[in-house]
Amino acid sequence: MSLVLLTPFDLALAAVLVLLLAAMSWYLHLGVERRLLIAAARSTVQLMLVGLVLKALFAQTNPWLIGLMALFMLAVAGIEVLQRQKRRFRGPWGYGIGAVSMFISSFSVLFLTLTLIIRVEPWYQPQYLIPLLGMLLGNTMSGAAIALDTLTRGAWDARGRIEARLLAGGTWDQAIASLRRDSLRAGLIPIVNAMATAGLVSLPGMMTGQILAGSPPMEAAKYQLLMMFVISAGTGLGSVAAVWLGSRRLFDERERLRLDRLRDQGRDRGN
Amino acid sequence: MGALRLEAVRPRVLAPVNLSLAAGELVFICGPSGSGKSLLLRAVADLDPHAGEVWLGSEARSTMAPARWRRRVGLLPAEAFWWADAVGEHFPATTGRVQDVGERVAPGSADGGLDGLLAALGFAPDVLDWSVARLSTGERQRLALARLLAQRPEALLLDEATANLDPSNRERVELVTAAYRAGQAAAVLWVSHDPEQRERLGGRQFGIRDGRLGQTETVSAGPARLDDRR
Repeated sequence: MSLVLLTPFDLALAAVLVLLLAAMSWYLHLGVERRLLIAAARSTVQLMLVGLVLKALFAQTNPWLIGLMALFMLAVAGIEVLQRQKRRFRGPWGYGIGAVSMFISSFSVLFLTLTLIIRVEPWYQPQYLIPLLGMLLGNTMSGAAIALDTLTRGAWDARGRIEARLLAGGTWDQAIASLRRDSLRAGLIPIVNAMATAGLVSLPGMMTGQILAGSPPMEAAKYQLLMMFVISAGTGLGSVAAVWLGSRRLFDERERLRLDRLRDQGRDRGN
Repeated sequence: MGALRLEAVRPRVLAPVNLSLAAGELVFICGPSGSGKSLLLRAVADLDPHAGEVWLGSEARSTMAPARWRRRVGLLPAEAFWWADAVGEHFPATTGRVQDVGERVAPGSADGGLDGLLAALGFAPDVLDWSVARLSTGERQRLALARLLAQRPEALLLDEATANLDPSNRERVELVTAAYRAGQAAAVLWVSHDPEQRERLGGRQFGIRDGRLGQTETVSAGPARLDDRR
């Protein structure tokens, strides 16, 4: 088995399919042809750029450049988490809580994976680090975003019940406990479901990629398993951190519920 | 114990409020809706950010853990919220202290204890097994008071405690509150819309006008039976 190299002509053929789809959208008045073409063009530019950047990174194995790339990925993931919140925290917290919890979880799990499990030398070898970090961040991002969104929206809706627990002499910890559980559960459900159905309907992306690249299927399956395990650990850790930081921020030093620290400005508003 | 002193307490819409309640004193607050009565009570219970200090006896609020303060200075909100399914889950687990309250509130009641408190408010003991969802508005209001008193607060902040009650239940709540106030020497700050109630129960009366709290009148004669217990 060997890797079949794609030529620009091969890609152009695939792109014709997208053009056909756009034509169909125009013909049927679906109204998505513009967005479809822009998205296709965006992914072309982004992936080509990433390919170029990775090529340069792989050639040098410069830890500073790799760190810069990792931070850039984290920064973008932080924005994505922020944008998925219906009620964000005001000020730097809105961005900070998501970014910090993803940083804690993804980077620590990544470091452990590279040094203890895969044991590459040096551990920051970009060929392993960047794709693993990408998958970790992508999944942690969803988990943290869902967990935080559940937490802040839940606190907004359950204000009376939370304050009733405070009035009953409960601490902030007790007042938010059940909501915190719900938020964590919500954040973990996607990865749990993904593990439960892995391979039954579609092969996970990483395994598909390795098989296409010529790896024996069992090797690809083992790598996929490894990734699923570390991703679920990273997602869990990230959701816990996000929910903990977020619920702490919902209360002030006198343990008052501070919904004024949230603002109502979601993606679905203003449309 | 039980004296409450507000020192330049400043909720969002009010000028700073200075107010002293002696132990076991009842003070009424009235004012048009939206004037900040509930906000004042919330500020005293430390639910909203605000300036000012509150003293319970000789202890300052700022020296006390918030949870402890809210347990000792009990707020009954105009709308009581319930976080669990069964009524009983909202009552403190330390039944020993609760029984003491029941004895004081309803002395001589057959079972005494929490049952006595519930009976004084018109409930059978099995109300604790009821589901919150099947309670009427009035039942919720009376049970919210029971829940609050079972916590054994040393001062009471009541926000429209009888607003949804029929006359007989209103009288029950007034009696239980008065007995608790007398028995525990608890200061009671009561927001009420009902002039007859304020007339009936007596005490100093304050009104809110143009964002200021000012004393309107003192109804000297409270019902005699309340003073006997003091």
